[in-house]
Amino acid sequence: MKKSAFRKFDKVCDILALHKLNPARLIPILQAVQEEYRYLPEEIIAFIASSLHVPAAKVYGVATFYSHFTLKPKGKYVFKVCDGTACHVKRSMGILDAIREKLKLKEGESTTLDLLFTVETVSCLGACGIAPVLVVNEDVHGQMTPEKTVILIDHILQKEATHE
Amino acid sequence: MTPTLTIDQQTIPITGERNLLELIRKANIELPTFCYHSELSVYGACRLCIVHVEGRGLLSACSTLPQADMVVKTQTQEIRNMRQIIVELLLARHDQSCTTCPKSSNCQLQDLAQKLGIKTNRFKLRPNSFPIDESSDALVRDPNKCVLCGDCVRICSEIQSVGAIDFANRGSAAMVMPCFGKDLSKGECVYCGQCARVCPTGAITIKSEVEKVWGLLDDPRSFVIAHIAPAVRVALGEAFGFESGQQTVGQIIAALRLLGFDKVYDTAFTADLTVIEESTEFISRLEQGGPLPQFTSCCPAWVRFVEQFYPEFNKNLSSCRSPQQMFGSLAKSLIPSQINRDRKDVKVVSIMPCTAKKTEAHRSEFITGGERDTDYVITTQELIRMIKQAGIRFGELESGSFDMPLGFKSGAGVIFGSSGGVSEAVLRYVVNKSIDFLEVRGIDGLRETSIMHEGREIRLAVVSGLHQARLLLERIKKKEVIYDLIEVMACPGGCIGGAGQPVYHDESSRKKRAKGLYENDRTMELHCAQENPYVQELYTTMLENPGSKKAHSLLHTRYKNRKRNIGEDITISAASENRKVEITICFGTHCFQKGAQTLTRQLSDYLHINQLNRWVEIKASFCYEKCQKGPLVKIDSQVIEQATMDKIVSQLLMILKV
Amino acid sequence: MNNQSFIDSTLNVIQAEYEKQIQLLTHRITICAGTGCVANGSLKVFDAFRTQLNQRQLLVSLILKDEQRSTYLSKSGCQGFCQIGPLITIDPGNIFYTAVSENDVDEIIEKTILKGEFVDRLLYKDAFTGQRCTCAHDITFYKKQQRFVLEKCGKINPDDIREYIYHEGYRAAAKACQELSDIEICSFILESGLRGRGGGGFPTGLKWELTRKQVSDNKFIICNGDEGDPGAFMDRSVMEGNPHGVIEGIIIASKAIGAQEGYVYVRAEYPLAVRRMKKAVEDARKLGILGQHILGSDHSFDLIVMEGAGAFVCGEETALIASIEGNRGIPSPKPPFPAESGLSGKPTLINNVETFAAIPLIFNCGLEFYNALGSEKSKGTKTFALTGHVVNTGLIEVPFGTTLRHIINDIAGGVTNEDGSVSIDALKAVQIGGPSGGCLTHEHLDMPLDFDSLKSIGAMVGSGGLVVMNQSTCMVSMARFFMQFTQNESCGKCVLCREGTRQMLELLDDIVSGQATPRTLLIMEELAVAIQKGSLCGLGKTAPNPVLSMMKQFREEYEEHVIHKHCPTGQCVALVPLKIDPDMCKGCSACLHVCPVNAISGSKGKPYQIDINLCIKCRACIPICKFKAIKGA
Repeated sequence: MKKSAFRKFDKVCDILALHKLNPARLIPILQAVQEEYRYLPEEIIAFIASSLHVPAAKVYGVATFYSHFTLKPKGKYVFKVCDGTACHVKRSMGILDAIREKLKLKEGESTTLDLLFTVETVSCLGACGIAPVLVVNEDVHGQMTPEKTVILIDHILQKEATHE
Repeated sequence: MTPTLTIDQQTIPITGERNLLELIRKANIELPTFCYHSELSVYGACRLCIVHVEGRGLLSACSTLPQADMVVKTQTQEIRNMRQIIVELLLARHDQSCTTCPKSSNCQLQDLAQKLGIKTNRFKLRPNSFPIDESSDALVRDPNKCVLCGDCVRICSEIQSVGAIDFANRGSAAMVMPCFGKDLSKGECVYCGQCARVCPTGAITIKSEVEKVWGLLDDPRSFVIAHIAPAVRVALGEAFGFESGQQTVGQIIAALRLLGFDKVYDTAFTADLTVIEESTEFISRLEQGGPLPQFTSCCPAWVRFVEQFYPEFNKNLSSCRSPQQMFGSLAKSLIPSQINRDRKDVKVVSIMPCTAKKTEAHRSEFITGGERDTDYVITTQELIRMIKQAGIRFGELESGSFDMPLGFKSGAGVIFGSSGGVSEAVLRYVVNKSIDFLEVRGIDGLRETSIMHEGREIRLAVVSGLHQARLLLERIKKKEVIYDLIEVMACPGGCIGGAGQPVYHDESSRKKRAKGLYENDRTMELHCAQENPYVQELYTTMLENPGSKKAHSLLHTRYKNRKRNIGEDITISAASENRKVEITICFGTHCFQKGAQTLTRQLSDYLHINQLNRWVEIKASFCYEKCQKGPLVKIDSQVIEQATMDKIVSQLLMILKV
Repeated sequence: MNNQSFIDSTLNVIQAEYEKQIQLLTHRITICAGTGCVANGSLKVFDAFRTQLNQRQLLVSLILKDEQRSTYLSKSGCQGFCQIGPLITIDPGNIFYTAVSENDVDEIIEKTILKGEFVDRLLYKDAFTGQRCTCAHDITFYKKQQRFVLEKCGKINPDDIREYIYHEGYRAAAKACQELSDIEICSFILESGLRGRGGGGFPTGLKWELTRKQVSDNKFIICNGDEGDPGAFMDRSVMEGNPHGVIEGIIIASKAIGAQEGYVYVRAEYPLAVRRMKKAVEDARKLGILGQHILGSDHSFDLIVMEGAGAFVCGEETALIASIEGNRGIPSPKPPFPAESGLSGKPTLINNVETFAAIPLIFNCGLEFYNALGSEKSKGTKTFALTGHVVNTGLIEVPFGTTLRHIINDIAGGVTNEDGSVSIDALKAVQIGGPSGGCLTHEHLDMPLDFDSLKSIGAMVGSGGLVVMNQSTCMVSMARFFMQFTQNESCGKCVLCREGTRQMLELLDDIVSGQATPRTLLIMEELAVAIQKGSLCGLGKTAPNPVLSMMKQFREEYEEHVIHKHCPTGQCVALVPLKIDPDMCKGCSACLHVCPVNAISGSKGKPYQIDINLCIKCRACIPICKFKAIKGA
């Protein structure tokens, strides 16, 4: 554990060095850091701000503007339900409802307490040809239905159970 | 021939105006706007200054370049409708408690709604209800009243280069806030209050101490002293129909007496004292070879700026307290015995043009025996409110005069209120003559001059606005410029443009206020601080010499490194044992480049291999201000310069053995 | 080194080598690896081919090398017909298989590769003719299109720069860099009549000329790949399928305006496009096509691929610049236009992906050919993302001036009803241009589609999303959907867009929930017009378009919602008639007292009824009922 905490911090330094501490590269820097931590921890934002000589309030402003940045840890499996027009007319919201119900997420919650799942909507993944689309981490699932989604979650739960 | 254009049937010449809005103002039409300020970048967000340009339709005047032969209309049904919709939209999101808002009657949104005759709102009222941030001693942030014009954000970054607040979130969730949405006092704010000055509504206001002052005045045990800063006297009258710059000090004194203050003194007295102490310090630095340049320290926002962003220059700040703090400390050591009362019964209230002064009064260095040297600071605006509240007809008052001796001053102390004033006062002391140094007066971002003193050229620079100060500091760091004395005031134009003053919207009132101060100086008997007989007497009776030990204990102070006050050091690797060694590695830019990262990596590996992890904690920190000697590593309290693995390991083993 | 020698020394050499390698191939299996097919499992098909060919000891090459005769297993970008993916093409024969799974691979090898026979069930069965098509170009979906920009997408291997060069790639750029002056390039593009594909349709040549004329020590180019319209994926497909085509267009532009540095800003939701573009840039750099003295000329130009971070508004030029500079993606007032003062305050040319991709093609086909494509004032072709209730969905390309009827009937194969039947009568509306566009109906079916015709009816080409909606679609819910989108994506800077879209959404919510009055429609129109006229940037100015256009085309449907509290399609749940379940009702009369319009009647102790003609669906009775007897779907 201790070692990995260091590794992550080490990586942040590498990222900053790679971008030559250039404030204009703030977005790629934050992206790379998020890749490492899966979210943007507060002290790391402060560290980046100090390193780039940019006010922390500005970095925070950038981090909260773009929907890809997250300031809270996300689950191991991130479900993105596409709500682009094509998916929407093919009833993608039914899929979202099915996932939320299956995961017993309450109003306003997007991540399960065990940090296993995060559910969010995105506005078009550009895979309209196979609408409605659900993306789990990097995997794109096309022509989804609420039923298929529930099966998918069950598979993941099974896999997680056998791993433990 | 000068090109012209038509504005509401008037032909107006174009003479290099940056945008239509300025030109329309020239045509004597005041377009409503929240987000346009001539001193800030064009933002174009409020959409209120929309005008109709023939052939091009509706355009925002602030972002449209004037072109020859344009035909502009500022009043059409379409435009009126549009403004009405905009104001209704803003009101629908706005806090609905106008009557209890500190900005009521001074609020641009309220004013505009009234002008537009808005009686009902066709939209759904969805006011926000975020918590109000009262964490700082100077300012109150009420996000529920914010119209997101961004004036505060831009003045904080563009004019002050602080960036304590910025926009966060997006769309209808967008808000202005300090970093991480924390309280203002947890961030990088220097409390200059310029944000409050430009805020069109009550979203950022001055934290009022009026109620507390009323409390003092009502308390029979308290002996309440007021002292008035120079800039206040040329601005307060504005609220009572006087011209900007017009002297109303007599009326202010009279009003303060009516309000119940026991004594009314002049901050310019301690400004005179500051001149002497600061000049003495400067001359001694010249003789002892530094450290130079010496920075003035009267402006608390500037002092905080240095401590926070450039602590390596802390040593360059004059050790003199500001006139406000000199006054508090002096008054509380002199007056109790004179009136035969306890020190704690004597209360000092300063009347300041400034919000940062409120924070300064709370600094721990200025607390003596558990009591603040300056008990309360009220701004010009707050005093105006007190006068109005008491129903005093300010304009009709018979002039009063200051109490002595702390009400006596030379012109040098008075001009402190304008940018360049401190420098001029110091120069008059150094050359020991009352001459005007016109080079340091004015409104340019940077002014400079030099004089010969004992065969040596003394180079002096004056800046106001912290962005200007930052530029200068960076040039000094790169050794592009060399100065001996630098005066910095955080607010553009100096204290006359302070955030506690009556709100002004263009530079002209600042110029008039400055003129008022110099006029005051001109009509006074004495112009040099050292000529002030009461100051001379003070040295004889109490302070001995300028720069004496006694003077130091009462009139001087120390500064702190306040860098990286957001969050703590980052723990990279935590130790599990209670008896642990803490290794902090500097990750400031210099140390970073000199291999702090490699060092951390090696150290981490070393601890891992030798199974020392649970005894040793590694942390990352920022800048120990010894960049030349980097990489810097701190083991417990021991700082290792030019650190190498060998140095670290041997020190570590030594500690672990013990 | 002059141009001739770069073509000779590099491009011709690569072309000749590649030709030789192709000659050595026994077969080429091209597997679509666009986002759609990957989602359908095309990578598994790819792996299955590799292992099974290996098992059969057939030599497989994944990169073309001139060694032995082998089967070339290649990936391609999106072929457009994602719905029936994974798609594979086998050469020789140009055999086109659809919906291939890894279980089909063995049979394909056995029959097609080894024996040259078709696997019939994998061939596409044309809905019109009922015939099995062996080649893609026999399929009506493809046959009725004119693929120009998309021509190479889906055919070539996007990760192999040599194949792009083999197909005459980078010759136009080499010519432009060496032989043509900046003025000549600009006037050539102006003459071509090309207009920006990003939305507004501004003449590309004019934009280039404006930027060219600026005097500056440095200029920038930005390729706008922040395709954010929900329901559009043309730029993604082009970047994934033919990244070098985009790069070549950018290089020509860089020479035309005198830029030394460029950015390709790709939407974050497109990780594959980012990877392909990055690889293409690296490969081009290795060959001296990007970098110092490119293509053997004295022109220097380099490209950086930057990934967006999720903000639709960054498609707007000034917001895009802010984002590249590391700021919040917030638009600034224009002027100054980016052509005068853009990135880092320098003159900056911003064009969209499809525009850049068209540039080398126009050079290669010549003005005469290009001028003949499209309509009078909108030259060339346009790609559309065809989605919604149609038989064939996917990525298509047609010349400007094509009618909607042609697209829907001939290419898309007709409109599908909820029950799956197909007929043009099922068409209710087509949303064009996404959340900034408007909707078209039956009356526009025969109108030639181009920039100007669409603008004249309050719609726009936008980036080219075409969403076909059948009669089951509620136009109020659709308008609400688009308004929700723009409201979410508003940057929050200007009052009209930030607060205005929020209020519009509230008004639409009122309509779909039965809370609206005729005044609601009035306020909505007033507000919509104010937002259109007064907003700071294009996002705000176009945000009310879908609502206004739908209100215009479907006024009756809106009024039906507002006045009669009735949703003709039944999609607005809150407007479904309320009913009292007689089995659950205890006849307590609580509902009767709360009903503001006396729509409930009955006598105590017996089940009550609601008169649906009187009921205004205020739903006040639902929570009052202790027995949960009142239901409204």
